[in-house]
Amino acid sequence: MEDLGEIVGEFLMESHENLDQIDRDLVDLEQEPNSRDLISRIFRAIHTIKGTSGFLAFTRLETLAHAGESLLSKLRDGVMPVTPSTITTLLATIDGVRSILASIEENSNEGDVDIESIIAQVHAQMNAGAEPAAAAPAAEPAEAAEAAPEAEAEAPEPIAETPVRPAPEPVENQRKPVGEILVESGAAQPADVSSALQQQIEGDERKLGTILLDEGKAQPAAVNEALQQQAPKRSIADSAIRVDVDLLDTLMNMVGELVLARNQLVRGVMEIGDATLVRSAQRLGMITSELQEGIMKTRMQPIEHIWSKLPRVVRDLSNSLGKKVELVMEGKETELDRSLLEAVKDPLTHLVRNAVDHGIEDPERRAAAGKGPEGTLTLRAYHEGGHVAVEVADDGAGLNVERIAQKAVENGLLRAEQIPNMDKRDIMAMVFQPGFSTAAKVTNVSGRGVGMDVVKTNIENIGGAVSVDSTPGEGTVWRLTIPLTLAIIQALTVDCGDQRYVVPQVAVLELVFIDGQSTKIEYASGAPVYRLRGKLLPLVRLDKALGFEVAGDQGVYIMVLQADGRRFGLVVDRVLNTEEVVVKALNSRLKDIGLYAGATILGDGKVGLILDVSSLARRSHLAADAERKGMDSSSRAAGAAGTGERLLVTAVGERRVAIPLDTVTRLEEFPRDRIEHAGSREVVQYRGQILPLVRLSHLLGAYGEEPEGDTVSVVVYSEGGRSVALVVDRIVDIAENSTTARRDAEEDGLVGTAVIQQRVTELLDVRRAILAADPNFYTDLENDEMLVEA
Amino acid sequence: MASRQFATFEVADQLFGVEVHTVQEVLSYNEYTPVPLAPPAVGGLFNLRGQVIAAVDLRVQLGLVRKALQGPVMNVILRGDGEPVSLVVDKIGEVVDLDEATFEPPPDTLSGPTRELVVGTFKLDGRLMLALDVNQAVDTHRATT
Repeated sequence: MEDLGEIVGEFLMESHENLDQIDRDLVDLEQEPNSRDLISRIFRAIHTIKGTSGFLAFTRLETLAHAGESLLSKLRDGVMPVTPSTITTLLATIDGVRSILASIEENSNEGDVDIESIIAQVHAQMNAGAEPAAAAPAAEPAEAAEAAPEAEAEAPEPIAETPVRPAPEPVENQRKPVGEILVESGAAQPADVSSALQQQIEGDERKLGTILLDEGKAQPAAVNEALQQQAPKRSIADSAIRVDVDLLDTLMNMVGELVLARNQLVRGVMEIGDATLVRSAQRLGMITSELQEGIMKTRMQPIEHIWSKLPRVVRDLSNSLGKKVELVMEGKETELDRSLLEAVKDPLTHLVRNAVDHGIEDPERRAAAGKGPEGTLTLRAYHEGGHVAVEVADDGAGLNVERIAQKAVENGLLRAEQIPNMDKRDIMAMVFQPGFSTAAKVTNVSGRGVGMDVVKTNIENIGGAVSVDSTPGEGTVWRLTIPLTLAIIQALTVDCGDQRYVVPQVAVLELVFIDGQSTKIEYASGAPVYRLRGKLLPLVRLDKALGFEVAGDQGVYIMVLQADGRRFGLVVDRVLNTEEVVVKALNSRLKDIGLYAGATILGDGKVGLILDVSSLARRSHLAADAERKGMDSSSRAAGAAGTGERLLVTAVGERRVAIPLDTVTRLEEFPRDRIEHAGSREVVQYRGQILPLVRLSHLLGAYGEEPEGDTVSVVVYSEGGRSVALVVDRIVDIAENSTTARRDAEEDGLVGTAVIQQRVTELLDVRRAILAADPNFYTDLENDEMLVEA
Repeated sequence: MASRQFATFEVADQLFGVEVHTVQEVLSYNEYTPVPLAPPAVGGLFNLRGQVIAAVDLRVQLGLVRKALQGPVMNVILRGDGEPVSLVVDKIGEVVDLDEATFEPPPDTLSGPTRELVVGTFKLDGRLMLALDVNQAVDTHRATT
């Protein structure tokens, strides 16, 4: 058996994949009972398992697979119809096979899985099915005969059946001379081909096909076809290999280190300022980024991998509950890091079970509500701004907001007087609280020990978020937002006191600079708040939260953060820049503090702590009730807003210039000494790219005093992998432009002016500003697009 | 009698020792990232070849005033249980071979936090070395008041 270790390992892996496929196919088969393709595919997969298990002397497994195969052959030959009960029996058989495989994996023997009762079930099914089968209209003998050659494989001696894969094509078929192919297909005359060959021998360096074409002895299309025929086909075995996941993890870690080393190197090189070194460093930076991307890709798997088990889950559950549920999957090719896929699997399964159990009503209640008897459960996955969103949507009765509110009050999570002021979604979010259940009775589904709070914790542990939205009578949508990868995150580095901290960028909505005059922090009975677009934003002072002395209110930044579905502002001394950081696990001694999500090595080689935004939010909620009320009203405001265009208001000289927020990719601060010159342009190195700068003050002719300080504020705009930066004197605010007082400006570079926050503000012509920074910005982009289309 | 190898170091003029096989390496490091709200014994975090290491201040563990982490500070990096952890000490001593015969339990007069960290006393020429219980020494959740 020792020698067989590897073979058995391969067999197990292959069989697991096959079984998953069979599961899916069986569930599909139930929907389309007449699909010969499905039956044949299932048959072949089971047959492979049977054959190999016979070869490896797993007799019990072989017997079980044989029983399943016999039942399938009856279905295939049309002797028996496909009914839900045959599907159930077949699924039970597959489960039996799975248990035996699990036992082989663990103990290297087949164990004592009870196959007899399954086999008995199969036989009972076959006997019962034999009678109605004669009358079964679904059976079409002609088609059955077509599939018949497979049936011969059903010999009682499975040991002889190991070569189940098609033998590879003989090598000579794969690469025939072009001439021969052309002659065989009649596209060229043998005499022409030999004369062309003769020319080649005499020193003509043209290719054979070219000679024939040039002399008009063959048609271009025919030569093309021959060449394609000649190209060896790459089999799946050549284009894909199995790689140990540990190896990938090691590579991933090493790339993480490489990214750090690169960041340090680039920083060092910048200080030296040697042009050659800078170029080398830039090149290294680019290669590293590509390598990182490549390695990340190897770890990506389509979400289908975890979805594939769900049709079975839905089928079994809906059958046992007497419900009818159609499962729709959209975007199953969406890819995620495999470690994240693993982490998402259980929460997702729970949400699906929950939706079938509690979301979708039984057929009677659906009929009473005027809906079709069959409920629809939609799984949807898509990319969204550096994240993957996964939705589980049902068209059931929806969440009962009053009930949730009532329950939350009973459990002491909310006070009754809070309810009227709360947003519907905030109330719904209560279902994620530990120990919260509105289920009138505990079914075997909801009593499985995994609650919504566990779903939330699991998803938050991987840096994701979960939310729910529901419309009474129309259904509920559970939404998971998952980062693409765990190991490397986009983060903002901030200063507080004399230390540097890291905030994951997912949580950051916007940044506000507090100058103490036009923008300032106010106090509601001691609790700091900020008027963000007219609504109060509760503030958490990072210095206070970390136990430092509280610094002043002027010249600080507010980071508007979102966590746990709530918004708050984090007051920090300075926002430095965004960078990709590699997340390192936090020492176990420090996990209890709860304020930190991890640690990372910063560009200067020092350790930086990554702040846990949701725990900061929780802490601040405990701190003051006043904040909570503010919070609720502000998140409601966020929901109600969004009517007008959102604008980023900047100061350029004495003027206020607004830029539509949706054209802004990022706000950055660059040290003045990092600005370099390329020709007549100013550029800055940014994430391995050369970023052209345009000073809005020059563009708009707003000459004023150069603002002091050793950094410049820029607004980065990116499209199609290209970026430009617009230099402004400072970022003032973000405003909603709902005013109508707008007139077209004749001045160059502006599209108009408007009154925003009682002040005249000019609206920037973004396209023009971008062209001023990089005249080729759009042309290249368009060319690229054309190339892609061609 | 079997002999054991100890790596020795000094804290507040007292000689301590840990068994050599528990030590990963010894190095001097001068940039530490403080961790607000951490247990007082955690002096800070530092970057050891890409790994984030917590430095435990042995002075605090012994009930003394914490050491200011400024300038180069000596670290004894212990393998720890799955994750390396560093002990911040004043001065590194030498590695000594000690005979079991020179071992005695800690004296009864030794009390306070030190008593909990020390498993025994070795009598060296002219001075005493206290053998540390490695797990206790890096346990920052001990009551250190």
